[in-house]
Amino acid sequence: MSDKLFKVQVICPDRIFFDGECDMLELRTTEGEIGILAGHIPLTAVVAPGTLRIINDGDIKKAALNDGFIEILPDKVVILAEACEWPDEIDLERAKEAQIRAENRLRSVEEIDIKRAEIALTKALLRIDLAEKKK
Amino acid sequence: MASMRDIKRRKSSIQSTGQITKAMKLVSTVKLQKAKGRAEEAKPYFLYLYEAINSILKKSGNLSHPMLSAGESNKKAVIVITSNRGLAGGYNANIVKLLTKGEIHREDVAVFSVGNKGREALSRAGYDIRKDYSYVMNEPSYSDAIDIGREVMNAFSSGEVGEIYLAYTVFKNTVTHIPTLIKLLPFHANEEDKTVESEMDKLTLMNYEPGPEEVLDQIIPKYINGIIYGALIEAVAAENGARMQAMDNATNNAEDMIADLSLKYNRARQSSITQELTEIVAGASAIE
Repeated sequence: MSDKLFKVQVICPDRIFFDGECDMLELRTTEGEIGILAGHIPLTAVVAPGTLRIINDGDIKKAALNDGFIEILPDKVVILAEACEWPDEIDLERAKEAQIRAENRLRSVEEIDIKRAEIALTKALLRIDLAEKKK
Repeated sequence: MASMRDIKRRKSSIQSTGQITKAMKLVSTVKLQKAKGRAEEAKPYFLYLYEAINSILKKSGNLSHPMLSAGESNKKAVIVITSNRGLAGGYNANIVKLLTKGEIHREDVAVFSVGNKGREALSRAGYDIRKDYSYVMNEPSYSDAIDIGREVMNAFSSGEVGEIYLAYTVFKNTVTHIPTLIKLLPFHANEEDKTVESEMDKLTLMNYEPGPEEVLDQIIPKYINGIIYGALIEAVAAENGARMQAMDNATNNAEDMIADLSLKYNRARQSSITQELTEIVAGASAIE
């Protein structure tokens, strides 16, 4: 593992979620899971709902990252997320309700609805997964 | 001259109005503080999005994307953000004026209204209110912005409207609020920025995954949502700022009027006493 640190900013519409340094970052983009170390080539990618891992000296911080995009610049990494939560901030009840709602909607026939429900379901499952692991 | 009783009644009525305006001022001051905090927290996200789109457009040269050029229709969707309640000075009227006194023809406008006051004024002026989201104004959240954004972007991509505008009040600081009309789509990169581009920016060759078009495809809707969210939050702050000012003025006016009436009341009282005395003295001297 590289011992070089780099700056990470995770920005949400309602707050700056994380602003600090780490030595490795893992997240899921629409093209698959990626890991970022210092000195990564400049890259802009679209974030898919998944777990964000901010690794700093063996200490792993996990967060539920939904929808957004990541910009990797030579001097820092910026993630613009529409929603991002630490495991202890997740409202488990709400996530479970969202899961049921999405599952119901998946049984409907309209095509656009199914796409949206699928995304909603992934988000709900991601939140439930993280929140339950925390317990 | 008005009688003592009339003046007294008027004074007490103004006094209670003054109390109400004072209370409203305090309430909006508190709300303003809260809204101001939220507006400041929302800013970094928004600025970054804007920068990101600009840099993509700049670095990748001439991309062709449906959201970068105007649609064929000359209909224009305008998201109008006003407040649900009045008593905020010229706050709502200024936004409505942007449309009615602006250069866009009334027939070409499809209004997506947020806020009762703006909707009422515009529908009275004969505008086509396509959709109303006034309930959002109570406590705007990001998912509300997504809803509005999805609706206008659907209208845009289906070719129903050719351009999307947003009319809202920019909250510059507590006393300065600027009613603004901005164009959301088609998106235009900021040309002026080119001169301040740093050396590092030029050297960096950005990679896009999957590709610049796809990334843009994802980012532009997020940008629109981000702007709408930012505008909603700023509008709440501006609304409370405007109301605070209006109520402050009202309270001051009430105080002035009360001072004026007190003076009149005392004069009336004095003259009535003087008159009584003269009457008594005159009566006494008549008996002698």
